[in-house]
Amino acid sequence: MSDPFLVVEDLNVSFPTEDGLVQAVSGSSFSVEQGQTLAIVGESGSGKSVTAQAIMGLLNRNSAAISGSVVLDGTDLFTLKDDDVRKLRGSTMAMIFQDPLSSLHPFYRIGDQLIEAVQVHARVSKSAARKRAIDALDHVGIPAPDRRVDDYPHQLSGGMRQRVMIAMALINSPSLLIADEPTTALDVTVQAQITELITTLQRESGTTLLMITHDLGVVADMADEVCVMYGGRIVEYGSVDDIYYRPEHPYTHGLLASVPRLAAERVERLDPIPGNPPSLINLPTGCVFHPRCTRRADVPGNLCVTEEPALSASNPGHLVRCHLPVGARTPAGGAS
Amino acid sequence: MAGYVVRRVLIMILLLLLLTAAVFFLFSLLPADVARLTCGKICTDQTIEMNRMRLGLDKSVLEQYWIFLKGLVVGRTFGEGPAAVVCEAPCLGYSFTRNEPVLDLIVARLPPTIFLAMGAFVLFIIGGVSVGVYSALRRGRWQDKGVMGASLIGYSLPSFFIGLVAIYFVIIRWKLLPFPSYVPPWEDPVGFVQTMILPWVVLAILYAAFYTRLTRSQMLETLNEDYIRTARAKGLPERVVVRKHALRAGLTPIVTAAGLDFAGLLGGAIILETIFSLPGLGSLAVSAVLDPDLSILVGVTLVTATFIIVANLIVDLLYAVIDPRVRPS
Repeated sequence: MSDPFLVVEDLNVSFPTEDGLVQAVSGSSFSVEQGQTLAIVGESGSGKSVTAQAIMGLLNRNSAAISGSVVLDGTDLFTLKDDDVRKLRGSTMAMIFQDPLSSLHPFYRIGDQLIEAVQVHARVSKSAARKRAIDALDHVGIPAPDRRVDDYPHQLSGGMRQRVMIAMALINSPSLLIADEPTTALDVTVQAQITELITTLQRESGTTLLMITHDLGVVADMADEVCVMYGGRIVEYGSVDDIYYRPEHPYTHGLLASVPRLAAERVERLDPIPGNPPSLINLPTGCVFHPRCTRRADVPGNLCVTEEPALSASNPGHLVRCHLPVGARTPAGGAS
Repeated sequence: MAGYVVRRVLIMILLLLLLTAAVFFLFSLLPADVARLTCGKICTDQTIEMNRMRLGLDKSVLEQYWIFLKGLVVGRTFGEGPAAVVCEAPCLGYSFTRNEPVLDLIVARLPPTIFLAMGAFVLFIIGGVSVGVYSALRRGRWQDKGVMGASLIGYSLPSFFIGLVAIYFVIIRWKLLPFPSYVPPWEDPVGFVQTMILPWVVLAILYAAFYTRLTRSQMLETLNEDYIRTARAKGLPERVVVRKHALRAGLTPIVTAAGLDFAGLLGGAIILETIFSLPGLGSLAVSAVLDPDLSILVGVTLVTATFIIVANLIVDLLYAVIDPRVRPS
């Protein structure tokens, strides 16, 4: 078996601020095989976007303290010079962002923004780059791409803008695509189209995909593996089946219980997770999830408050960070 | 777009008309008797009355305004017979203290003012914007703090102070430049530059301080935008990200301020022109106040205000060039 295409090892990211140290990501490790999809799931503030930006080298080294390693196709990105990482951005690894309106420059035609993405990595004429831009727009399903190429972002709908962002990310055929909540800012009716487009293009090109989302519904169709993050930590990590059918961490149970299911036989009540995500400056002691955890009483003693559980395998390939005994992790009601 | 421009130009003409009315009636409210001011040293009641007739001051203010407006379009004649004074269109008024049409006086004084404004403008825009960008990119570090401190000083010092200090050191103490005496550039280019360089730099320092701060705050804002992150994610070099993406996005307020400042400078830098004895619009206005000669003041006020209104129009049209979202479709 070949080495995984992307290996993230013990990633730590913190931001010193006036209010204190913001510990955004703490000791994250995960890997993705070539052509596979890993979904990183969590609420806002769980550290999933920061993880993505750390991989892309988009965090400002002056304001963020970063440690660990990110190995892409055998190259440790953190040991490269800034300019060498820059050359990989947009060519070997590309990224799609949450809000396509604010992510496209309002003053430049979408064609010019695509042409720029081509020309920064390849010596091609403007007309050849323009042709590639039109092809890329066509490929992501934009009608009349030869006319749309001269539009400004504000002249397009939200879904079309996100298609442009996808075209821009894929225009240099990257081998790693990071999608950071690509459907969150879109109309519900468009979300499914964009998700499907990303999946189709990924299968077509064999791109490795890192999908960042808070929407477990999206994950089920796309991901091979899922990584659930909470308070900057990975709390559960396993195959998509592990996470959906055999979830073990109380937080994952909570996430699944708060997803509405259209196919449900009877009208189910959604069970929200009580409380709010933790402050990344004053993280709870012990298990970061313990203040919101409904299963705390099932752990003997005060272990959840005093000691942070390790991320350990309950089954091969299924990692969980929880003090509950392995056999007791499925709640009595069988919520999933 | 063409329709938009035409509409804006029509609005501008209307504004200019309102402007003449405002200026004219404001000056008519002054408690000064123009007939007496233009009378000269040997002044009898009879000559004052004759002057009053000649200037049309015996008519009602509304009638006077109408004559003034007509003068702008077709010209006007003061008095009758062989002593009549003709002021050709466009007639902004006639200065009886200098025996010249006001417009001729203004046109003769425009070149030094325009040269002063253009030179300083180029210096403070290039200097202010590039230092502002530099400062923003080193936010919070000692370079940034130094630039901000220096710009605060430049911003706070009055122009007469910097001007006089510059003259004292550069011209009197160090004798690097001759005493300023304005010559047109086509007569003596070297002498022209020698005269203009100090007022250019002094004026530029005053304005650059403001543009440094404005550019810095604009850059800090746009550098945090999502599309800047996109530009970096594309793999663009930081230089391109800063110049092409961030600076362009933060340009609108800078263009607004620059347009109005340039127009303001065309109205004459009163203090600096006086200090550096430049025969420009500003020093014309000062001498008209001292004389006093109201006809010149009315003319200078009108011309200066017209510059501002025209600059406003140009700035508005530039918005559409910079930002496609405000372009009328």
